[in-house]
Amino acid sequence: MKKWKSIFSRALGFFLILTVLCGGLYTLAMTGLSQLIFPDQANGSLIEVDGQCYGSELLAQQFADEDHLWGRIMKLDTATFTDADGNPVMYAAPSNLSPASEEYQALVAERVAMIEAAHPEQQGKPIPVDLVTNSGSGLDPHISPAAAEYQVSRLARTTGKSEEEIRAVIKKYTESRFLGLFGEPRVNVLKVNLALDGILD
Amino acid sequence: MNNAIPMTFYVIILVALAFPLGGYIGKVMNGEPVFLSRILKPAEQWIYRLLHVDAGEQMSWKKYALCTVVFSVFCLIGLMGMQMIQQFLPGNPENLPNPSWHLAFNTAASFMTNTNWQAYSGESTLSYFTQMMGLTVQNFVSPAVGIAVLFVLIRGFVQVRKEGLGSFWTDVTRILLYILIPLSVVLTLGQVSQGVVQNFKPYETVSLVEPIVLKDGTTVTKQIVPMGPAASQIAIKQLGTNGGGFFGVNSAHPLENPTPFSNLLEMISLLLIPAALCFTFGRNVKDKRQGFALFAAMTIVLVVCLGLVAFCEQNGTPQLAQNGAVNLTAVNQAGGNMEGKETRFGIAASSTWAVFTTAASNGSVNSMHDSYTPIGGMIPMLLMQLGEVIFGGTGCGLYGMIGFAILTVFIAGLMVGRTPEYLGKKIEPFEMKMAVLVCLATPVAILIGSGIAALLPEVADSLNNPGAHGLSEVLYAYSSAGGNNGSAFAGFNANTVFLNVSIGLVMIFARFVPMLATLAIAGSMAKKKTVAVSAGTLSTCNVMFVFLLIFIVLLVGALSFFPALSLGPIAEFFEMIA
Repeated sequence: MKKWKSIFSRALGFFLILTVLCGGLYTLAMTGLSQLIFPDQANGSLIEVDGQCYGSELLAQQFADEDHLWGRIMKLDTATFTDADGNPVMYAAPSNLSPASEEYQALVAERVAMIEAAHPEQQGKPIPVDLVTNSGSGLDPHISPAAAEYQVSRLARTTGKSEEEIRAVIKKYTESRFLGLFGEPRVNVLKVNLALDGILD
Repeated sequence: MNNAIPMTFYVIILVALAFPLGGYIGKVMNGEPVFLSRILKPAEQWIYRLLHVDAGEQMSWKKYALCTVVFSVFCLIGLMGMQMIQQFLPGNPENLPNPSWHLAFNTAASFMTNTNWQAYSGESTLSYFTQMMGLTVQNFVSPAVGIAVLFVLIRGFVQVRKEGLGSFWTDVTRILLYILIPLSVVLTLGQVSQGVVQNFKPYETVSLVEPIVLKDGTTVTKQIVPMGPAASQIAIKQLGTNGGGFFGVNSAHPLENPTPFSNLLEMISLLLIPAALCFTFGRNVKDKRQGFALFAAMTIVLVVCLGLVAFCEQNGTPQLAQNGAVNLTAVNQAGGNMEGKETRFGIAASSTWAVFTTAASNGSVNSMHDSYTPIGGMIPMLLMQLGEVIFGGTGCGLYGMIGFAILTVFIAGLMVGRTPEYLGKKIEPFEMKMAVLVCLATPVAILIGSGIAALLPEVADSLNNPGAHGLSEVLYAYSSAGGNNGSAFAGFNANTVFLNVSIGLVMIFARFVPMLATLAIAGSMAKKKTVAVSAGTLSTCNVMFVFLLIFIVLLVGALSFFPALSLGPIAEFFEMIA
């Protein structure tokens, strides 16, 4: 009986000590260090120009206007979050659909028709896969260089800029592989659009 | 670029880091001095004083098991209770309500058992307080308990005619202070440098460049940017093979895994400790070749699975290719099946993660497994069904594999008609019974759980995909729980009373049955004398044993799951190409 009692009190004490150590002290120390060394990154990588915030460079927004670069297909979620006044606020989710079903085939066919209609210049060329698929997070802020290049002729037509100017903007906001080896090259859609709108350089 | 090149480097980096770490862990657990001892020794002593424990105590396996179970019960109750009152606690800037009792039970069972299955989305369900004081703590202690039990087994092999197997309190304290916390500190800072959030601010709302008009006519002009102390939890989520995301979509979320570099860090750290423990095992049983043999068996299966998944995902599906209207080639893009994958990770980094996370019982994801091709999604499921022994969870993966090694020497012994031995100890009926419990707890839990679930009409409402893929969703859920993995075919809505409770119970069963059986084996082994190696002893560190072990692991897995898999992913594959 005494053995049981000592194990019980030690287990409870151990649980409490570790809660303070691994939950409290560790998290507080990490937050303090992070805020000190990496204040921008630790707070959501927000894009601020002249005191105004234009979103986070890491979270996708939905673009459908003809004079903007389009990103991944988004499944919007406007039911989960609201702002202080109770208005719906945008978030997004992955589709979790099987890419091998007939339903999926029909869904992609619709997207293909919509994108082909908006890009008459690219007639007959296959559409880069990023433009017809939903991402893993639902909030993927990037598309591939191929998917950006596909849209250059449309953007030149709708924005009045030359194709070279558009390509220069895209190139500026293209990130490469880590060490030339890991991950994939990618274009930040929000930054390109802010540049096309004249907000970013 | 050919996927094989980065994938080869991922494996090389893993091995290069795991090898020295294995030696370090072995020293720490034997109480030998290491470079952190000077700083951490006082903290270690302070914990022992607070608990009034003797650091050198030698517990019997029964006392060790009792400590493990009682401590885990406190963790379960504490975490469940904390969630049920989170509304009244501080650290809840979004005013999130208390979750239901069954979701709280499921989450508590899940994090206490190192599974980290999530029937909820972190950013819309749990307060910062619950995440840090509840979940982060379990992220630390559940892998520590797994590693501690592994060391009891190692000591069982090393001890001769003794009872003592070390002290639970000392083992867990050392694992936390010298291994898990220092590695997490380094990883947290690495993550934050890449853009993982780490703060206590309320969620940010930012204006959208293009407002969205919904079907009902309302205009949405703002976007939410979730915040919180994410990086510190993500670090230990990866290192401790936990896998429970701070955000709902886990490491696919750009604020949880923003760049290829953060992805490299997270992906290597998820397999680092399980791989290192193979080397620790060899070192501490004083025969390094034994560790290399287990490591080789695991690595061979891992590499084959990597190749298969990457091949299937790079090929995509005919449904996505649209007779050539969609470009799936890898020219200026990752190409292939990008549904459910992030552009920055592409095929190579997503497939590697999927295999690493299900080989280890981690369960974090950087792409949505529900949207994998049929065979590409079946391999991760199979890795969980094999019992999470291809590296597996921290500690528990290796003791599971040792269970299979015991089974293998027994079967080999039957073939040549000799008493089986492993590491110089005779394997007798008691150890065999316990080893069978270790090996079969997972398949039994998965098949019974998913069998019952498949019969219930209400479960059909939780499915996100029709047909064979729907069955795969149910099977994946119970495989994940039974393997203590935690990843999901995430379209499946698991937040119902039946699913929360049944999956919670499966996780507890699959954690504690093998764990207690392992402790029993350790207790029995410690009491035995060693037998001398003779010409007739089966070597457990040569090539033949490695392949025999792989064969036994695959045999048990295949016999248990082939019928279920043929109705799910295999049926879907044939529908796809029809």
